[in-house]
Amino acid sequence: MRKSWWKIVCVLLLLYTITGGLLFTVPAREILHESIRNLYFHVCMWMVLMVLTTTSVIYSIKYLRSQNLRDDIYAVNFAKMGILFGVLGYTSGALWAKYTWTEFADASQIFTEPKLTGAAIALLIYFAYLVLRGSLTDIDKRARIGAIYNIFAYAMLFPTIWILPRLMESLHPGKGGNPALNFDDLDNRLRIVFYPAVIGWTLLAVWITSLKIRIDLIKEKSLLNG
Amino acid sequence: MVKKILLLIVCLYMALPGILMAQDNDPQKKYMAFDMRHNGKIYVVVGVILIIFTGIILYLVRLDRKITRLERDKL
Repeated sequence: MRKSWWKIVCVLLLLYTITGGLLFTVPAREILHESIRNLYFHVCMWMVLMVLTTTSVIYSIKYLRSQNLRDDIYAVNFAKMGILFGVLGYTSGALWAKYTWTEFADASQIFTEPKLTGAAIALLIYFAYLVLRGSLTDIDKRARIGAIYNIFAYAMLFPTIWILPRLMESLHPGKGGNPALNFDDLDNRLRIVFYPAVIGWTLLAVWITSLKIRIDLIKEKSLLNG
Repeated sequence: MVKKILLLIVCLYMALPGILMAQDNDPQKKYMAFDMRHNGKIYVVVGVILIIFTGIILYLVRLDRKITRLERDKL
């Protein structure tokens, strides 16, 4: 195994997240009750998505500057893993909402929920990135057009999942602030698990991405060598 | 570096009893599974999740080793 110390940190942080996340006391909240523990799992998925798509767009810009296919492989794999975690975040969010929002909101409010619509749009834009790449057979053209599209997709990600839902009437926490970071929503009992959890999940995603990148690099090498 | 992080994690675990004992008189409290967490077999759930998680991590480690071997052969 290569550079294994941060992988060990990742596993330890996630073991801590699972045990601490399920067993430590949490503040009693209206509607949410024990489900506040989803903070350590559902919210972390979106944090991971942000980290991975940001890394991906950085590599896309690097590709456009260097024209080095290595950067393109990094960019696409970070984006793919980001999408996976986005889908996990979306699905887990749907389950969480089913058992909390339905207690006080009616169906029309839930179906027009801007956070859900925004997240769905963001994910669809990223799906289109994969479709676009899949439809181009020329490696250089695919890398260049993919890199440019990735920058546009990233530019749409912030408005659709962070800005627009906070400007509109939303059931999701976060209107008028940042629910994961401010002092009213997050007290120290949550923080003691939440911050390690974000780091742990991010490291896990980076680990899996690094494996995918290494496989792709081997593939590229054998392609060039015959 | 690794030792320091390990030490930090051990310290966090040692803070566990203090965190578990923390009490407050919140009206929302009646909705919380406070007793269940101690008596209601929640530890079994934690155990099951930990087993599944360990399995996935072991698989990942093996995959990592395999790719390292492949890289050595190809390069």
